[in-house]
Amino acid sequence: MIVTFTVNGTNQVVNVAGSESLLTVLREQLGLPGSKNACEQGECGSCSVILDGALVTSCLVMAADCEGADVTTVEGIGSERELHAVQQALLDHGAVQCGFCTPGFVVAATHLLEHDPHPTEDDIKEALSGNVCRCTGYGAILRALVELTEETA
Amino acid sequence: MTTAAPITRRRIRGGVGESPLRIDGIPKVTGNFTYASDLYADGMLWGATLRSPHAHARITKLDTSPAYAIGGVVAVFTAEDVPGRMGFGMHADDQPVFARDEANYWGEPIAVVIASDLPTAKLGVAAIEVEYNVLEPLSDMEEADAADSVYRRMKVRRGDRDVSGDVVVEGYYEVGQQDQAPLGTEAGMAIPDGDGGVDLYAVSQWVHSDHMQIYPCLDLAPEQVRCHPVGMGGAFGAREDVSMHIHLCMAALRTGRPVKMMYDRSESFVGHVHRHPARMWYRHEADRSGKLTKVEGRIILDGGAYESSSMAVIANAGYFAVGPYKCDNVFIDAVAVKTNNPPAGAMRGFGGVQTAYGHEAQMDLLAADLGIDPLELRRINALGRGDLMSTSGQLIEGSLPTVELIDELAQMPIVDPLDNDDPRHLPGGTGLTTDPVHVRRGVGYGVTLKNLAFSEGFDDYSDVRIVLSPTGVEVHTAAAEVGQGLVTVIQQLTREVLQIEQVAVVWDDTGQIGSAGSTSASRQTQMTGGGTYQCALELRDQILAEFLGDDLSEEGVWKEGQLIVTLGEVCALRPREHSIRYRHPETYATDENGQGDPHPAYAVAAHRAVVDVDPELGLVRVVQIDAVHDVGKLLNPVAAIGQIEGGIAQGVGLATLEELVVDKGVIKNGNFTDYLLPTFLDMPHVEVRWVEEPERWGPLGAKGIGEPPTISSGPAVAAAIRDAIGRHLYRVPILPQDIVGL
Repeated sequence: MIVTFTVNGTNQVVNVAGSESLLTVLREQLGLPGSKNACEQGECGSCSVILDGALVTSCLVMAADCEGADVTTVEGIGSERELHAVQQALLDHGAVQCGFCTPGFVVAATHLLEHDPHPTEDDIKEALSGNVCRCTGYGAILRALVELTEETA
Repeated sequence: MTTAAPITRRRIRGGVGESPLRIDGIPKVTGNFTYASDLYADGMLWGATLRSPHAHARITKLDTSPAYAIGGVVAVFTAEDVPGRMGFGMHADDQPVFARDEANYWGEPIAVVIASDLPTAKLGVAAIEVEYNVLEPLSDMEEADAADSVYRRMKVRRGDRDVSGDVVVEGYYEVGQQDQAPLGTEAGMAIPDGDGGVDLYAVSQWVHSDHMQIYPCLDLAPEQVRCHPVGMGGAFGAREDVSMHIHLCMAALRTGRPVKMMYDRSESFVGHVHRHPARMWYRHEADRSGKLTKVEGRIILDGGAYESSSMAVIANAGYFAVGPYKCDNVFIDAVAVKTNNPPAGAMRGFGGVQTAYGHEAQMDLLAADLGIDPLELRRINALGRGDLMSTSGQLIEGSLPTVELIDELAQMPIVDPLDNDDPRHLPGGTGLTTDPVHVRRGVGYGVTLKNLAFSEGFDDYSDVRIVLSPTGVEVHTAAAEVGQGLVTVIQQLTREVLQIEQVAVVWDDTGQIGSAGSTSASRQTQMTGGGTYQCALELRDQILAEFLGDDLSEEGVWKEGQLIVTLGEVCALRPREHSIRYRHPETYATDENGQGDPHPAYAVAAHRAVVDVDPELGLVRVVQIDAVHDVGKLLNPVAAIGQIEGGIAQGVGLATLEELVVDKGVIKNGNFTDYLLPTFLDMPHVEVRWVEEPERWGPLGAKGIGEPPTISSGPAVAAAIRDAIGRHLYRVPILPQDIVGL
């Protein structure tokens, strides 16, 4: 089955058998390993991407359903030369340890701030409660995003 | 002729006490960092594992030929194909590479199928024909103890058993089985070198330990197997044991192609060891002033089907059974038993986590009986430098500021009472289940002790090599960076000594450098950090002696404030490099009564937890944890807070959420829907303070900080929940049914 869709602004055409998740296609066919497979049942948020404006866990999206879709992964949010403000804030506050959850947090926090540029602390916690971090205890992630949203207030 | 401008010395950034950015941070925030699960090689094959569906069974038939009938299947390996030694293990080699005649736990590997891609490999696994004669599993730890199915019995006999106290408290406690749940699952790749050897890139906390276990099973010479450090998504103990490593090497050697494996989450739950579940019986006696007069305890840890690190975990449980308290009469019987449950091994806290729940609950019972404030009771009994360890009798020669931590904790302001009815501040959260009028607040304490680095006479060392060039410094090590930030600490310590800002950390493989020991036991900052600091000092002193200088910087060698030779000139004469093997003070195995000098250093932690509980619904919200830590010397404040908050999250998880449910050896909740991890909304606010009392060894007196926050936070939360509802809850995790009393 041929699926045509846009990933990080680039048109992509992939041939899928039918059962592959969007996550699998991103990682194994499109060379975009930034989205991580940690639970593959939508519980941890490590594979978060933005699909037609909605924050989704790409492990639960069938690639075959993505015909015509617009997908943004962590690779489309910033680059090493030009970090997105969310990426810079996480880096500056020591919010990255093993970093396996970090791409998912970058995508989810970017999505949050696009829709609500000035969330409260409680709003941030609630919005990111679908993303599990096993290293940091979330404190540094919260401090990073609180400072970022205060800077832009 | 022009006059050269006087050379000024640049002040370098990123030394000790600062919090420089992680050098792996940019690739991690952009998704470019390569984890083991991201490895790719042209022409690579994939492996998948056939695992026992029974906790205990005889394998009566194993026919792999149907797998070969599937197009794309390249090879199938079983126990028959193991070229060398049949077993592996960190201490004993009792764990088979593949189960041969008998499967001893649910999920034990029986075969590996190698195929062109992962789905095909899984089809191959499903096609293998196996028949089992199912046997009754030994799954109860007390039955195993009674049957003497034991890895190690560890006794403490210290003082006089006939001593008694004015008050006596007894308690029984249980700790459920916790999973490390690192977000990255087990993954790796092996690549044949074309000359009969193999290069392995697989998740590991200690590549040299892996190496020692792997090459005998492959029947190769040590130098034919090279284990490389690789990026990994967390560890917390789960990466200390070999998992897929030997399977990958066998497959790469036999197929002549790169082979990759990656466990999915459910497989990861059987693919690594877990924290030992525990049952503990305690009897504490004290005099009227609150001083402990005698502690007696019986501790059982379930080690599961294979030994892994049970020998060391049970030793820790025994040595730390009393906590950071003085007591002259201590009698502990600790045992790690062998069952058909999933193998247990290392997890952050390593035996200390389990007994902390026991000894801290006992201190609260004593405080209540004596009418003494719980924190004051701990202060009265606090162990410090110059005291004897209550269990081993070891003289504490190093830093142990227990009293100072307790005093600091007592001075921290306590969080305000619940003042709004935003459901996000209530137990149960946005489920909108809790009526604020029912909420009861509780406060509890956890003051705990942990050894730092390896114990009981183990030859514990870390090899470090530093290479100096005109453009900067390379520090070579095989230590595992699992996310904790060792990479930054190595840079900071090197800069501090050499006054050169450009420091690269080079992760060598097992063929290039000696062991750094495990990234465990809170040891790498002290051991590899200590080795880095010492190596840099010796290199600096060599250069200064050669050029008769008195100071070194990135400009060169200085004497009395004048630059006498540039760094380029220093390095032009000959390569400037230095290697050392860094060791901590010697330790010793204890005698048959657990008496002696087993530990090189300790760290204490003091936590206060504040919780809100809805006793009708059994819901808990951990509001805040105030944490005071014993850091020796603070090297990197941001990294230290990150370790403390992250460690607390795992303690809160064990106290309130996390339990691997195992029924007759079978894991019932091996996925992230049913094994509950703390989310952003479960995590309390954390206030951190520290006490700096330098240790007698290690870099600038710094102490390891990885494990103590996990040990103290859970008992503090458990105590706070008991305080809120006024009932003695004996088991963690404390679940809603425990709180409502079902």
